[in-house]
Amino acid sequence: MKIAKKVSAVVWLVLVLAFIYIPILLLAVYSFTDATMVGATIDGFTFKNYITLFENEELRGMIGGTVLLALGSALIAAILGTLGAIGSFYSKRTAKNLINYANQIPVVNADVVTGFSLCVLLIVLLGIDKDTFVPLVAGHVVLCTPFVYLSVMPRLKQMDNNLYEAALDLGATPAQALIKVVIPQLLPGILSGFMLAVTLSLDDYFITTYTKPPTFDTISTYVVNATKGGQTDIKTALWALSTIIFLIVVIVVVLMNVLSRKKKSQEARI
Amino acid sequence: MTKTISLRFNRKQLCIPYAAFLILFVICPLLVIIYFAFTDGTGKFTFDNLVNFFSNTNTLGTLLNSIAIAVVTTIVCLAIAYPVAYILARSKFKRKYVLLMLLVLPMWINFTLRITALKEILSAIEGNLAMYPFLNTVIGMTYDFLPFMILPLYTSLSKLDKSLTEAAEDLGANGFTVFMRVVLPLSVPGIISGVTMVLLPSMTNYVVLDMLYNSTYIMGSLIGSFFAVYDWNNGSMISLILLIIIFIITLVTNRFTNDSETTGRNLL
Repeated sequence: MKIAKKVSAVVWLVLVLAFIYIPILLLAVYSFTDATMVGATIDGFTFKNYITLFENEELRGMIGGTVLLALGSALIAAILGTLGAIGSFYSKRTAKNLINYANQIPVVNADVVTGFSLCVLLIVLLGIDKDTFVPLVAGHVVLCTPFVYLSVMPRLKQMDNNLYEAALDLGATPAQALIKVVIPQLLPGILSGFMLAVTLSLDDYFITTYTKPPTFDTISTYVVNATKGGQTDIKTALWALSTIIFLIVVIVVVLMNVLSRKKKSQEARI
Repeated sequence: MTKTISLRFNRKQLCIPYAAFLILFVICPLLVIIYFAFTDGTGKFTFDNLVNFFSNTNTLGTLLNSIAIAVVTTIVCLAIAYPVAYILARSKFKRKYVLLMLLVLPMWINFTLRITALKEILSAIEGNLAMYPFLNTVIGMTYDFLPFMILPLYTSLSKLDKSLTEAAEDLGANGFTVFMRVVLPLSVPGIISGVTMVLLPSMTNYVVLDMLYNSTYIMGSLIGSFFAVYDWNNGSMISLILLIIIFIITLVTNRFTNDSETTGRNLL
């Protein structure tokens, strides 16, 4: 009975992992071939797709634009969200609750609605030109900031309030106390909020579609258009992109795990 | 004393930029949606958009269809993820965090690229993707959202106090009873947060369907098609209806999590 339970547990985990990874890994294998369809017979391996990915200017520009947009919006979100969290933490309960509720709106709202409503306000009603990138960046900051706010909040609750007061008593100005005492205490929260913001922005499709300039594409909007278009060399180059992103994610996740384990064992030793 | 008071005031002011940002880019867009939903192209007040939605069998059908897809996807995700989370949470395997990482890692890969991979393999298996629209929709959504179900379930199951299940066993409960009366009730917060992570996106994420060459329409697709023809008023009405649905889901799930917290406390 116990063995049967164990076996079925392992089988279930293997099945779920297969469901998750077979498509990604199969696409990775086919990204090294000439084939234009997964399932076709493989006759030899080539780096053709990877060369197209790095040589095609449109693709390079699109990837660069996506990364720049993600880093830029995450940076703005990190600053805005951290200041917002500090400010609201020390505000009166009513103000704090209002900000908490408003912060929750983009979190629970559907991205389609967030994107569409921003488009209606900024582009249709206020007439802001999409080409200025203002609606796009605003949209991504709306998407990201609530998560920075939410990851800084618990750190503020844990922080010893006397530290700030002590810094002031020792003659620091509020700005100095904030930068030298408060921010370093919050740094882990700010960093994880920033990382989350980057991944959210990289993954976004809906807010981008509704607010982007017509000539600008992120990975998401580009991939969706490419599946509708008929250019097979672009389509298979995106398989190479998928494989590279997969590898980057694996490396980052492994590194973060190793680092956090090291840190934990160091803390344990102290 | 006066010093601390004036400095306190300073710290509070730090939230002004974010508060202003929230008003301008979160609250205002929602107000504008309400305004556009109840006006026509010339800005005159009208109920036409509301009537349009509820008198048209296509849009009503889309609403029912997206509810059906969302419910089925959520059930499938829950049915796959719950055993996974349960197995992982109870296993004594030393490197189980590696398994957990493997299960949620796809979360960080761009979803359009993941759906591309799924589309390729599904077309290799099925030939013509348009043959099984409902099945493919559910597979696509499940593929996209599964990690978001596994993670909260695992979090709540791994926090579960082992002594509770042991006590139940000592008191004579069999495995099934322990699960139904102890494990399941205590994992309700995890179930609820997993369900909210999956239910709503599967009503609105129409890109998954588009990429699978699917002609199925969900609520999100309606907004997309009104956006494509610059029909801001009808698009706003759909957004407003979605907002109301989201609001109801949030209210219900908040009640559920509060209830389960109290039952959890009673149990202890």
